[in-house]
Amino acid sequence: MGMITRIGEWFDHRLQLAAPIREAVEHPVPRNTASWWYVFGSAALTVFLLQIVTGILLALIYVPSAAEAWSSLQALNHDVALGWFIRAMHGWGSNFMVAIVLIHMVQVFLFGAYKFPRELTWIIGVFLLLMTLGMAFSGQVLRFDQDAYWGLGIGASIASRVPIAGPAIVKLMLGGPIIAGATLSRFFALHVFVIPGLLIGFVSLHVLMVLKLGINEWPMPGRVVKRATYEREYHELTKKDGVPFFPYAVWKDMFFAAFIVLAVAACALYFGPFGPSGTPDPTIIQTAPKPDYFFLWLYALLSLLPPSLETPVLLIGPVLVLAALLLLPFLSGEGEKSWRRRPIAVLTVLLSAITLGTFTRLAQFAPWSPHMNAWSGDPVPDRMLRGTTALQRQGALVFQVKQCRNCHSLGDSGGKRGPALDSVAVRLTQDQLIRQVIQGGGNMPAYGNNLNPAETTALVAFLETLHPAGQAPARDASRDAVLGDAGEKRPGGQP
Amino acid sequence: MSTPNELSRRGFFTRMAILFNGLVAAALAVPVTRFLLSSITRGRASAYLSWVPLGKVSEFPEGETRLATFQNPYVMPTDGKTVDTACWVRRIAGDQFQVFAINCAHLGCPVRWFPQSGLFMCPCHGGAYYRDGSRASGPPERGLFEYPSKVENGLVTIQAGELPTPGASEALATTEKPPWA
Repeated sequence: MGMITRIGEWFDHRLQLAAPIREAVEHPVPRNTASWWYVFGSAALTVFLLQIVTGILLALIYVPSAAEAWSSLQALNHDVALGWFIRAMHGWGSNFMVAIVLIHMVQVFLFGAYKFPRELTWIIGVFLLLMTLGMAFSGQVLRFDQDAYWGLGIGASIASRVPIAGPAIVKLMLGGPIIAGATLSRFFALHVFVIPGLLIGFVSLHVLMVLKLGINEWPMPGRVVKRATYEREYHELTKKDGVPFFPYAVWKDMFFAAFIVLAVAACALYFGPFGPSGTPDPTIIQTAPKPDYFFLWLYALLSLLPPSLETPVLLIGPVLVLAALLLLPFLSGEGEKSWRRRPIAVLTVLLSAITLGTFTRLAQFAPWSPHMNAWSGDPVPDRMLRGTTALQRQGALVFQVKQCRNCHSLGDSGGKRGPALDSVAVRLTQDQLIRQVIQGGGNMPAYGNNLNPAETTALVAFLETLHPAGQAPARDASRDAVLGDAGEKRPGGQP
Repeated sequence: MSTPNELSRRGFFTRMAILFNGLVAAALAVPVTRFLLSSITRGRASAYLSWVPLGKVSEFPEGETRLATFQNPYVMPTDGKTVDTACWVRRIAGDQFQVFAINCAHLGCPVRWFPQSGLFMCPCHGGAYYRDGSRASGPPERGLFEYPSKVENGLVTIQAGELPTPGASEALATTEKPPWA
């Protein structure tokens, strides 16, 4: 007997773990589950382990103090050998983890794996998703920069809208009256102790249940789940057409796990670490905070919802979504598993993906944000000034100086908050332009108190020139009827 | 052996042990809960709020709105720069002031003042406010948050100390018209 075998047996005589481990890894699984579709769960676990390792490495240098966190991140980026790489691995690992958890969830949903008897596995999975998102948000806070600071302000503003308890929740979340040292410390505790501890516990239960209940068989159209017979049928299936998980299925999990770790490392190497952006100094107000990638859809939603709907949607929406996810296995615990026979399930996934994808894409452009420097930075295109009168040029000046450009684009540059004004004269007559400028409306501020009559006249004269060469400006029919040809002679406008 | 309905000696001790543990846990839960909720309970007595000077009246020209910074009255040693807070000071005339929080009334992003157009604009979701803090356009449901302010010994002073949020007390709300209008 070899030395190694003898040492191994010495340990196992005391630990007695070899038999249960062998039983676990060699448990029979339905042959067609040894598929590339079944690798996402183990990939999520792999990235989670990677996050634990890189997280511990970062904690060797990181200082969870509002006064020093930012400089300790700078030290990681620039002073500590390969600190930037570990930060980049942790940041990209976070993105990959959220993505893989979502893909895993979609696969489980479409393959009907949440049905009897795996309801609890799904429910624990829902909590794992929440914790993963919690890790992503709290991790963004630990990167204690401008985005983190104002992101906390946004979180506090949302939390404050809870009826009655709102202000108390804000103070509990911030650990005090403002975003400060105590805030970072408690998010550190959440990110490093509380949520990871819960995650380890819940992941263990999740995996244990997959082992105890068996992996979901490949869904066949027409093979319907019934509570009375399912477990017997599954048992027969694994007996008749089962293969041991090790080595029949495990090699695909292992290949994919290595591939994912390599992909995280490649992204880390190529794109580098995330931030930190500016220092978390609240007196620096020249900043336009944006959330991390996986919360961009929320950023878009918060910009596009009508003001009166915002608070109800923010407070009730998450409850409804969570309730739907938790109740799903009870509402459809039996029946067809195959996505080929579940059109509503497929449509739900498509609709969610398209909605989230569209919002995320929109948030990358943020057309609702004024361009703070457009008024002084983006010149009025030359062609719009060619052949104009002095009054119209004065109007172009008013247009820029009064920051109209921050929300309205000309020649594709400037804000997108309001409509582009390249052809505004086609849409609005002189009277309508004056009214819109003075009174505002349609989500535009009123400028009546801020423009004197001369400025308004000049501005409107300029706006009236903004129409494509081949298209006549809008005309007021009633004015034409009363004044005849004279009606076309606009004060300051072109004949 | 005891019958099922009769309490055995061991059963009794087990119950007593559970009860004892429960009492210890309940006793310890009191300080733990008070510690956890300390940031709320302190705030309930308005212990966070104080009057803070922003600068001499003469530093703020009449009819203009200027950025001012102050240190939050409640400070912890690890706070670093985060206790420095910015606010917008509008001197209407004489000793009439309006001091607005830097935080947008929508979701708290820092608003910027544009004197030329007389608007505060928010870079995040596009909220805009007029010079008196009232809502002009965009997602905010209300005007800018306004700190209670007064002039004392030639200093502009505000009552501050808490992050203004949409759900906080209406004391910080900007009325559509200032009280002297």
